[in-house]
Amino acid sequence: MEPGEAIPELRVTPDKYVTYRYAGASGDFNPIHIDEEFARAVGLPGRILHGLWTMAQVARAAEQVAGDDPTALRRLSVQFRGMGALEQEIAVTGTVREAGDGTATLELEAEQDGKRIIRNAEADIAVS
Amino acid sequence: MPVNAEAVGKSYPPVVYAVGREKVREYAHAVGETNPLYHDVEAARAAGYADVVAPPMFAVVYSAPVMGPAILDPAVGINLAAMVHGGQEFVWGEPVVAGDEISTTATVKDVSERGGMGFYVFESVSRNQDGETVCTGTWTNIVRGV
Repeated sequence: MEPGEAIPELRVTPDKYVTYRYAGASGDFNPIHIDEEFARAVGLPGRILHGLWTMAQVARAAEQVAGDDPTALRRLSVQFRGMGALEQEIAVTGTVREAGDGTATLELEAEQDGKRIIRNAEADIAVS
Repeated sequence: MPVNAEAVGKSYPPVVYAVGREKVREYAHAVGETNPLYHDVEAARAAGYADVVAPPMFAVVYSAPVMGPAILDPAVGINLAAMVHGGQEFVWGEPVVAGDEISTTATVKDVSERGGMGFYVFESVSRNQDGETVCTGTWTNIVRGV
């Protein structure tokens, strides 16, 4: 792993029910994620993804670099920008910023429909 | 209305979350985590864990019971209707497995204003039943039009 090297891209298309599954799994039942009428009433185009679900996709992209060790991801920080939509593909891309001494720091972002909905993400991972 | 920084330093008492095997699987399924260690007890035991391992971002689940009251605290004064989740950081320590009991405290770290927006930063610290830190979270909420 060398600085500047791209990590494998992760592509995922959130299906129309994912926010219901994630609400149940996480306990976040904010109606902007699960109630179409409420979301439109507050000026959104419709139900939107949970930002922390999208962050979990960035986490997956970083975890994949480290193999199957569930403890390899040591740190992840993200900035949320814009809203994630249902039924549109998200691409998580990243590059290696630093590598050495059994750890690597990655820079990542998540893009959907030309919009970078997660920016300036950084992940520290343990690498063998 | 300017932001009120008087709540900075305020802490919220620990909330204990018992990590359930089916909850770990449900969460892993909802976010698309397919590593067998998150789903399969035998695979997790073969790898040296006591039970299925919680994916890193499961930190959201065991932190939520204390973060909700902190963000809703009238003393912090967040206008929820104008709030967005601006940023998030997690730093992980010991792994979490089903059967663990995770105790999480929250603190108001910073309240500030820039360009008409309020920035409310909370920290969560989660420890397992042995007192080991499993995750530290930094939660940044942005409120427009303060």
